[in-house]
Amino acid sequence: MTATAEFAPGPDLKQTATALIARKRLIAFVTPAVILGYFIYLFFAFDIRGLMDRARMDNAAILVADSYSYKTHITHDNRIGGLTYAIEGENKGTYPEGMVPDFVTPLGEDAARVTLHAGEVAEIEGSTLRYMVPEYGTVTVTVEGRDIVLDTPDGQIPDWISASSARVNITGEGGRAVVTRARTEVFNYSFGWELFWFTLDSPFYGKSLGELARLVVSGDRVVAEKSNLAAMVHDFWNNPMWRHKDVIWAIFETILMAFLGTMGAALVALPMAFMAARNFNRLKSVRFAVRRFFDFVRGVDGLIWTIILSRAFGPGPLTGALAILITDTGSFGKMFSEALENVDDKQVEGVSSTGAKPMQRYRFGVIPQVTPVFLSQILYYLESNTRSATVIGAITGGGIGLLLTQAIITQKDWEEVSYYIVLVILMVIAMDTFSGWLRGKLIGRKD
Amino acid sequence: MTGTTLGQSFGVQRTADIQNAYMAMARTKRMYGGIMLVIFIALMASGFMLADSRNAGGFWDGILNVFDFPGEVLAEASEKAALIPALMVKFFPSLLETINIAAAATLVGGLLAVILSLLSTRGLARFPRLIGVFRRLMDILRAIPEIVIALVLIFVLGGGPVPAMIAIALHTAGALGKLFSEVNENASVQPLEGLESTGANWTQRMMLGVVPQVAPNWLSYALLRFEINIRASAILGFVGSGGIGYDLKNAFSWGQGRYDEVAAIFILLFLAIVFFDQLSSHYRNKLVGKA
Repeated sequence: MTATAEFAPGPDLKQTATALIARKRLIAFVTPAVILGYFIYLFFAFDIRGLMDRARMDNAAILVADSYSYKTHITHDNRIGGLTYAIEGENKGTYPEGMVPDFVTPLGEDAARVTLHAGEVAEIEGSTLRYMVPEYGTVTVTVEGRDIVLDTPDGQIPDWISASSARVNITGEGGRAVVTRARTEVFNYSFGWELFWFTLDSPFYGKSLGELARLVVSGDRVVAEKSNLAAMVHDFWNNPMWRHKDVIWAIFETILMAFLGTMGAALVALPMAFMAARNFNRLKSVRFAVRRFFDFVRGVDGLIWTIILSRAFGPGPLTGALAILITDTGSFGKMFSEALENVDDKQVEGVSSTGAKPMQRYRFGVIPQVTPVFLSQILYYLESNTRSATVIGAITGGGIGLLLTQAIITQKDWEEVSYYIVLVILMVIAMDTFSGWLRGKLIGRKD
Repeated sequence: MTGTTLGQSFGVQRTADIQNAYMAMARTKRMYGGIMLVIFIALMASGFMLADSRNAGGFWDGILNVFDFPGEVLAEASEKAALIPALMVKFFPSLLETINIAAAATLVGGLLAVILSLLSTRGLARFPRLIGVFRRLMDILRAIPEIVIALVLIFVLGGGPVPAMIAIALHTAGALGKLFSEVNENASVQPLEGLESTGANWTQRMMLGVVPQVAPNWLSYALLRFEINIRASAILGFVGSGGIGYDLKNAFSWGQGRYDEVAAIFILLFLAIVFFDQLSSHYRNKLVGKA
């Protein structure tokens, strides 16, 4: 009987449990509903339907195709005559006199046959272009004075040809051609990153790996004043198309920004953190001031600091480093002072019982306790700042971020964009691995 | 008698040896520490000098001008102080867009991260053989800076908030996925076993067995990420697509005469960041039970 009395609050308990379950059930239904509602709101706020119209899937196709292939321009100048062959149509990728790509057969002065893919062949003869498509026939485009005459086998214009009096575009399965009054151009797409190692003016262009290795060991010099290896490294390093020298410098600048910024911020934040920690500074007003300083610096945000600093220092890695330094001083200061407040007093008491002076108490009582925490936070930020430095570089103009934005804005060198992206990812992964390794070396691995 | 003296001197000898060995070790350690310090200082100094030489404007010229620009902005803002509240109202929709980008990215990225983290935690994974694949996937998502994805997507999708949202969401998925899977590792497997014995499938086991255990920690990390994402979304706006960053860039490139707008946007951004910083740290403390 007494037992029942003790467990008496039966209906009450039941009520609480029911209410609790009802509340949980409500949460379980309301949370997804709220999220769904938010997404519906966003659908209209972000104008998703308008986005569908604006989306340029053809741009996406160009981007993907261009990132793993390159195109060679075969151009006939319709005003002064003459054929040129240029990779990506760039000056630096133009074939020198007497050298043609292997899919081109010269047919005498101002005439050449271009073997495209999917069985298509294009022939240029003066200002006449003959584009031969299997199972369709030959499309002939001739520039006569101010007119462009298009002639198809059945007299109709198929949807893969767009023609006006000023311009004819032919987009075939295996190639592309554009005819204007000024020039007749045929584009042939090929796989790979052409000229990545050596440009056309280098004596090492087009050599296989085996041939290059043989040249390295052989004594005959290709370039008179340098050994073969040095000449190869020189030609690769100064490659004008891919600009390896600038790219590697940019990567290095980005890492430099992250390193200087992170370490500088840690050095600045360390003494300030002592001033902001309750157990090291008895002056409440100073503590308050330092803390508000940390909050202010963090609140103003890297973006605004970057803008202010780039006004004073101009574009370059120093600006980026200082921007990281200032922003992270706030974060480090906050974290360091919190770590210092959590220091175990027993160790400090033990050291002071041996008659240690204040400095010695810090050195042997406090520093060993906080070093691992500080180091792991600094190293974590070093890795994360490598990524921030890419973005900051895009804003201030320095490092790989600048090269990347430039390459994307020109909207044609997507193979360079993909090259930079690969390098950035490798850089971040390398920094991640390096900081993990260093953390393991310095404070021991926990996992 | 002689035995004791011998023993004593032997003991003294031993203590001296130990002391010497200890001092030698301490010396080597100190020497290594000193070498590390020298290398570090040399790296910092030469790095600074290198950065200085590759910068457009030098450090010593620039340091004198640091306050010029904020000074100009402040001067113009105080001149037109009356206009600033109206401008803040004008730019509030852009701020809302920036916050929306961050919130949507955190939500989408967080949901992706939940799935990725469950798939890549030992003991919970649906396909234990693919754990490595999902982990590498998260590493790559984390390694790609948001700006790269955003700029590429702007080319395809055109401007606006969506490219930024997707870019931040992908990065968030990688970053949160790693943190979530660390939380998952500490989850108890007993509820899972219980559920399995009732014949629950994988989704049910995860929803009913794991999620209730780890949800507070997940939420706390997601809140922290939300705070970071607001900053990221402002920066991405500056570099390419919508939100307050874009307005800031426009006001900024107009130059003098529009600095009241710059000041208004600075204030809005500062207030928003501080507000969400406080909000998220308040709820995080509540969630993980720190007072």
